Amino acid sequence: MTATSVNAKTAANKPGAGMTVGLFITCVNDVMFPQTGQAVVTILERLGCKVEFPRAQTCCGQMTTNTGYYDESIPTVKQYVKAFSGYDYVVAPSGSCTAAVRHQHPMLAQKTGDQGLIRDVDQVATKLFDLPEFLIDVLGVVDVGAYFPHTITYHPSCHGKRLLGLGDRPYELLRNVRGMTMVPLPMEEQCCGFGGTFSIKNPDMSAAMAADKARHVRETGAEYVVGDDNSCLLNIVGVLSRGNSGVKAIHLAEILANTEED
Amino acid sequence: MTTTGTELRRITEGNHGVARLTPAPDAPGTFLGMPKFPKAVKKELELSVQRKNMRNATTTIRNKRALRVSESPDWEDLRDAATAIKNRVARHLDYYLEEAEKNLQANGVHVHWARDGEEANRIVAEIAKAKGVDEVVKIKSITTQETDLNEYLEEENIACWETDLAELIVQLGHDRPSHIVVPAIHRNRAEVREIFLREMKNYGRPAPTDVTSNPPELANAARLHLREKFLRAKMAVSGGNFVCADTGSLVIVESEGNGRMCLTLPETLVSLVGIEKIIPKFDDLEVFLKLLPRSATGERMNPYNSVWSGVTEGNDGPQEQHIIFMDNGRTDVLADKIGREVLRCIRCASCINVCPVYERAGGHAYGSVYPGPIGITLTPQLRGVDDPVDRAMPYACSLCAACNEVCPVKIPFTDIILHLRNRVADAEKAEKISKDPEVAVEKVLMKTAGWIFGDAKRFEAVQLGTRGAGKLLHGKPLGPIPVPVADRWLRYRDVDALPTDTFRSWWKKNREDGK
Repeated sequence: MTATSVNAKTAANKPGAGMTVGLFITCVNDVMFPQTGQAVVTILERLGCKVEFPRAQTCCGQMTTNTGYYDESIPTVKQYVKAFSGYDYVVAPSGSCTAAVRHQHPMLAQKTGDQGLIRDVDQVATKLFDLPEFLIDVLGVVDVGAYFPHTITYHPSCHGKRLLGLGDRPYELLRNVRGMTMVPLPMEEQCCGFGGTFSIKNPDMSAAMAADKARHVRETGAEYVVGDDNSCLLNIVGVLSRGNSGVKAIHLAEILANTEED
Repeated sequence: MTTTGTELRRITEGNHGVARLTPAPDAPGTFLGMPKFPKAVKKELELSVQRKNMRNATTTIRNKRALRVSESPDWEDLRDAATAIKNRVARHLDYYLEEAEKNLQANGVHVHWARDGEEANRIVAEIAKAKGVDEVVKIKSITTQETDLNEYLEEENIACWETDLAELIVQLGHDRPSHIVVPAIHRNRAEVREIFLREMKNYGRPAPTDVTSNPPELANAARLHLREKFLRAKMAVSGGNFVCADTGSLVIVESEGNGRMCLTLPETLVSLVGIEKIIPKFDDLEVFLKLLPRSATGERMNPYNSVWSGVTEGNDGPQEQHIIFMDNGRTDVLADKIGREVLRCIRCASCINVCPVYERAGGHAYGSVYPGPIGITLTPQLRGVDDPVDRAMPYACSLCAACNEVCPVKIPFTDIILHLRNRVADAEKAEKISKDPEVAVEKVLMKTAGWIFGDAKRFEAVQLGTRGAGKLLHGKPLGPIPVPVADRWLRYRDVDALPTDTFRSWWKKNREDGK
C-alpha cells in the first residue's frame, strides 16, 4: 500500500474504518512535543480512524511511581481511568508510558485494595497500545505510506523493547518508509541513561550513559536519531546539541506521518 | 622447582602503620558510612583506566554468555525449571534445611547455624582456634565478604589467604572485590603485574623480578606464590554454590583449580553457606550446572565441579568438615512477598554484567559486596533501609530492565527495585523532617506532581505557565543555568525551547473549534 493507495482508498476500505481511537498524548508530549501528537493524529486519520482526545487525561504517573511515591500516583491512575474508560482502543506515542499503564497501574490499584478501582484499571489498561503495536497488531498495517528522504538510526528505548516486547515492529514500519536509509545503531540495546528521575537523582551517571549513546549515534553518520519515546530522545539530543553535532532527534510517528505530498 | 618456604609474619608497609598478617583493605568492609551512590560514583566515573577495563570486560562476558545461550535450545525451559525449584525451596525452606542438616550429619559433617555475620565469623574463628591454626586458605566466597570474615580473623590473629586469582589480586592490592564472579574486573594486566611485584614479597613467595604483564606469566607467579600456602594450610574456608538436601552434599564450582586444592589438601574444611543455597535433590544439579556456568562466565561447564558428601577417613579430602548455615537477614527477605524472589539468585552475575550503570560505576560505589541489579535488590533487604547508603541503592538504576532478560532464575529485578523504592519513599515520608535537604525537596516535588496530575484542570493551568515560558524564551534553547534540580539536567544537556502551544491547545484550535 503506497501513500497514494492509502489516501485513494474509499473511507470504508481503510484499515481503521469505523474505529474510534482515544489518543493518550502523555504529559511530556503534550507540553514539549505537540508535533508528535499531531503526527499520530495525521497517521491514524489517514488510515481511517476517528481520533478523539479526552481532555481529562494527564499522565501515566511514572514520575512518582518510579521514584517510589505510590500514594502520590493513585490520583493519576484514577484520572487515567476517568479519561479513557469507554474506549475500545487507546493509542500512545510512547513505549514507556504504555508499559506504565499496562503494568504499573494494575499493581498500584492492587495496593489500594479498592476492588472497584482494581476492576476498572484491569479493563482500561489493556485497551492501551503503543503506536507501533496499534498499527501492526490492530490495524495490520506495516506500510503507512510515509516518505522521508534522509539517513536515520533507530534507538529502541528500553521500555518499548523489553517491557512491551516491541521486537521488530518499529523497524518493520521504518523499513517501509520510502526514500529513507536506516543505519544500525551500535550497542542499540543499551539504555540512554534517561530513566526518568534517575537523570536527576544520579545526574553524573545518567550523563555518562547519555554521552556514550550520543557517541554511538554520531558513529552512524545519520542525520536523525529516531525513537518511540521523546523523553529518551530529549536526553540523547540534549547531549548531541551541546556538542554541536548537527544530528537531530525525531519521533517515529513524525516520520510515519510524513508523505511525499508534504 | 625449588621453593624456599616463607613464614607467616607481620607487615606494616602499606598497612596504614599497623603490623598485620594480611594486606589491609583500603576501604572499610561494612561500607556503611561511605557517601551514598550518586556521590560515590562521581569519583568512579573519573577513573579512566577503570572505565575502559570495565567496558572491555563486561562486553566480553556479555557476548560469551549470549553465544552460549544461543546454542542452548532449551534455555527458556531451564530458566523455568530453575525458577520452580528455587520457589519450592523458598516455600519449604524450614523443611529442606532440616533435611539437609540431617543428611549432612549422617555423612559426618558438623552443621552450625548462624543468625548473622558476627555469629558466623565467630564460629569460623572458634573452629580455627580449636584446630590450633594461625592461617587458612580460602576459596572465593562472596558470603564471607558479606560478613567481612578476613578482617574478623585478622583481628583474631589468623591469616586468611585468598587463593582465587582475582581475589588474590584484590587482597594483595589492598582492595575490595568489585564483582561477585570476577572480583578484580576493574583491574588490567599491567596493574596486576605492579601489585604482584610490590606486594607478593611481603606476604610470601615474591613474584619473579622479571615477570611481565603477559597473563600466563602472571598466573604462574600467582601459582608459585599460592603453592606454599596450599601445602602449609591445615584449614580451608569456602562458601558453597549449592547444598543438596537429599544427599547432604556441598557443591562448589570454580575455574582455576584453587578450590580443588583447598578442598583436598587441608585437614579441615569450613563452608559458610547462606540458607537459600539449598536445593532439594542432587538431581536438580542437572538444571543448575547447565545454567550457572553459561550465565556466569560463558562456559558450557565449569572446569572444576566438586561435590563433597561428608568425610572419608584416610582418603583424599578433609578429615573434618563443617557447614555453617547463615541467615544474616535472609529470613527478612523471605518474609517479603515481592522481595523474596531475589532469594532464587545463584550468584551468576549475568545481571551485573549487562547493567549499564554497573559497567560505568564499577562495584565499589554501591556500598555493598553485591553490586549491580542483584546488589541493589538484595542488600537493602538484608540490611534494611535505615542508612542513606542503603536508601540510595534502589535508585542506582535507570529501570532499563536488561537484567530481567538475562537472569537464569527469572528474578523480576525492576519490579523489586520499584518495590524497594516505595519502601524507601515510605520511610522518608514517615520522617517528618528530612535531614538530607535533597530528600526534603524530593518529597515536596513528588507531592506536587501527584497533585497536578491528579486533575486535568490543574495540569492545564500548569500548561499556561509552560506556554508563557515558551513565549518568553522566543525559541531560545535552554543551556547550562544554575537553577537547583534543573541544573542537574542542564549541566550536561541542552533543551530546546518550550513550545508556545501544547498539544492540548493545538487540538482545541484545530479539532474542537472546527466542529
